[in-house]
Amino acid sequence: MAVDYFKYLRKEKMPHIWCAGCGHGMIVKSIIRAIDKLGWKNNEIALVSGIGCSSRTPGYLDFHTLHTTHGRALAFATGIKLARPNLKVIVVGGDGDMMAIGGNHFIHACRRNIDIKLVVYNNNIYGMTGGQASPTTLTDAKATTAPYGFLEEPFDVCNMAIASGASFVGRALDLDVPLMDRVILESFKHKGFSVVDAWSQCPTYFGRFNRWGNPSEMMEKYKQITYNIRQKDQLSEEEKKGKYPVGILHQIERPEFCEKYEKLIENLKTKEEAE
Amino acid sequence: MEEKKNIRFLSGNEACGEGAIVAGCRFFGGYPISPSSEIAEFMSKRLPLAGGKFIQMEDEISSIAAVLGASLAGVKSMTATSGPGFSLMQENIGFGAMAEIPAVIVDVMRGGPSTGNPTGPSQSDVMAIRWGSHGDYPAIALCPESVNEVFLLTIEAFNIAEFLRTPVVLAMDEITAHMREKVEILGEEDVKIIKRKKPEKHPYLPYEYGEDLIPPLPGYGEGFRFHVTGLNHDKTGFPTNKSELMEEGNRRIMDKVEVNKEKIIKHEEFFTDDCEILVVAFGSSARAAKRAVRTAREKGIKAGLFRPLTLYPLSEKALRSIARKAKKVIVPEMNLGQYILIVERVIGQGIPIVGINQVDGEPITPSRILSKIEE
Amino acid sequence: MSQRYEIRLAGSGGQGLILGGIIFSEAAAIYDRKFATQTQSYGPESRGGASKSEVVISDEEVDYPKATNPDVVLLFTEAAKEKYLPMCRKDAIIIADSDLVKSEIPSEYSKVVKVPLTRIAKESVGREFVANIVALGLIRELTNIVSEESLEKALLTRIPKGTEEMNKKALKLGKEAAKKYGVHLLKA
Repeated sequence: MAVDYFKYLRKEKMPHIWCAGCGHGMIVKSIIRAIDKLGWKNNEIALVSGIGCSSRTPGYLDFHTLHTTHGRALAFATGIKLARPNLKVIVVGGDGDMMAIGGNHFIHACRRNIDIKLVVYNNNIYGMTGGQASPTTLTDAKATTAPYGFLEEPFDVCNMAIASGASFVGRALDLDVPLMDRVILESFKHKGFSVVDAWSQCPTYFGRFNRWGNPSEMMEKYKQITYNIRQKDQLSEEEKKGKYPVGILHQIERPEFCEKYEKLIENLKTKEEAE
Repeated sequence: MEEKKNIRFLSGNEACGEGAIVAGCRFFGGYPISPSSEIAEFMSKRLPLAGGKFIQMEDEISSIAAVLGASLAGVKSMTATSGPGFSLMQENIGFGAMAEIPAVIVDVMRGGPSTGNPTGPSQSDVMAIRWGSHGDYPAIALCPESVNEVFLLTIEAFNIAEFLRTPVVLAMDEITAHMREKVEILGEEDVKIIKRKKPEKHPYLPYEYGEDLIPPLPGYGEGFRFHVTGLNHDKTGFPTNKSELMEEGNRRIMDKVEVNKEKIIKHEEFFTDDCEILVVAFGSSARAAKRAVRTAREKGIKAGLFRPLTLYPLSEKALRSIARKAKKVIVPEMNLGQYILIVERVIGQGIPIVGINQVDGEPITPSRILSKIEE
Repeated sequence: MSQRYEIRLAGSGGQGLILGGIIFSEAAAIYDRKFATQTQSYGPESRGGASKSEVVISDEEVDYPKATNPDVVLLFTEAAKEKYLPMCRKDAIIIADSDLVKSEIPSEYSKVVKVPLTRIAKESVGREFVANIVALGLIRELTNIVSEESLEKALLTRIPKGTEEMNKKALKLGKEAAKKYGVHLLKA
């Protein structure tokens, strides 16, 4: 069944500002398909972002949308969700937004297990500001602030999320549309804080600086440094070395923060009435 | 009648919490910092009892962010902090001003710069309150001198934030925060409570305004979908690069306070009718000034006090007209001369305007002010 | 000018001086229906650092809330004595814990009461930490600035459940101490 994308898009805001060959639009379509499948109404969704290329997403989608300050999307979203728990709250952000300036909010949102759905558009670079290195820039890769190659080790968004207590963690490449659809859909169904590390290519900066070729060649390169989590046991340690697993990597049941708070209010009320 | 009054003996921080609850605040996001922490503690206990939400965030940046988020979700929201935390909040305070989101930020001022003096009184954030965030934005700040006034001005801060659709600062100092005094806790029915104006019909444009320059604001999830950004935006809420629209937007967030100023400015005049020596003081320094003025009057000196309750915007006309009759103006403040800059701008040249400045973690005493009056 | 009555309680963190100030001023403000302020200054330490609590009581609204020329000064440590005694006016009532303030208080101070407050609390109540309450009973008896009934009411609202009898006893011991150690200040 065909999805009516314009039911969710702000048609008048098209065309978007993303470069030709950028993967962000593909992630947005996966998000739309998940929402459509779940039957969520535009009026019950709040979509929040920070600053960067990915953070322009809210402008294009016809929900309650909030384009906040750099790195702070999760903190704004926490206020929205806690104040109005019946809203479905989705946060989108880039690798700079979530792993650098907003890293502290990221780990605490994971720890709190608040029912917010986070999709990190991870393209290993700061696109909007012109191609500077980010915390997920691969070691030795070039960027405008790493002209001799990036000396540091990158963050693994998923490991960071799992270690911080996120109750759903998954990863997918924009190349693998069915997997991206599945991971985002399952993350949206999950009750609690979910993180999807959605890989997207930036041909304008990352690809150009690192001679990774055209967008489809870039996708192919990304594919080569990943493996499907389902093959985890079949592959040798040697074969998995330096590669990132994709798929649903982690899902546990853990009490959700807003529900706990509502229960607290209920309990206090019952106690008060009893007194 | 007297018997029915709910008179309590509270600290300023507790009275602030009581005021917030009465004002309808149902969300608090904060991070512990002396000397403001008792407000967070109070709210953590009281909010769930009132059906509201409290959250201790990971820092002050996220505290103000969560508060702005909750406010966009339609809930009256507040945070409380002190100097270092107030510095961290500045970027998002600007976001609140730009995106026009009501919120109350309590800044219990302590000595600075940097970590400074966490446990002593200070009034050294007066300029940070006015100009702390980058860009041009309207600053609104209320400054109480007593515990009872903390209660009342907290309610007023919410009213102004809701009315003008903008962040409002309640500027306290360590003395007004920790001092205990009698306070009359009024019920919701006994005070004026303002709620933000909401749109009545579709299509709704989030930044379309009428004569008062204040656009209505529905909560997320109430049926009006709209976009909010910190970028320059037009009436639709979407980013714009058009010069004339950027100019219009930037000016309007300032002008909406200017055109509605008369409805929010507040000041107190104390022995000003015939005063020749005028003291301009606010917060706990004004309490010292009152005592100094009283003593001066007993000695036959025509001293008086002008006390702004709204530091911003200031009741400029009133101050100017009182100052016109004065021979000298004295501005005592627990900093090295901040609010005096405002007083100088308003009163202008012609009469000497002198500061009494103290940054030793102790309050300015009445005798220091008195000797300046007598000079 | 309104009758201002100023009390300064000085010692170290953990001696309950801030709570003592709160109880005393609340007795005046709420139960005696006067006006009162209680302020404090303290260091970053919760325990052991210098601590000062001040109470101003008046029949009219209090303007400046801090003590400027206290009528009563309680000295609970040697350090507090060193710091605050020189600021005292000569006819102020000066109360010192005789075990904690060992040095001499010069004879130019005319209204000095030396009482082993902490020892009384320890020996007669079994709890050193109610020394602050013993002090309140003593100050009340010497000054009569709040009523006995109000002070007890205020005390009972501010202490943990289960400690009522202990605290009431401490208050009473303070009253008795006033008669024993401060008889020279009690008016007939």
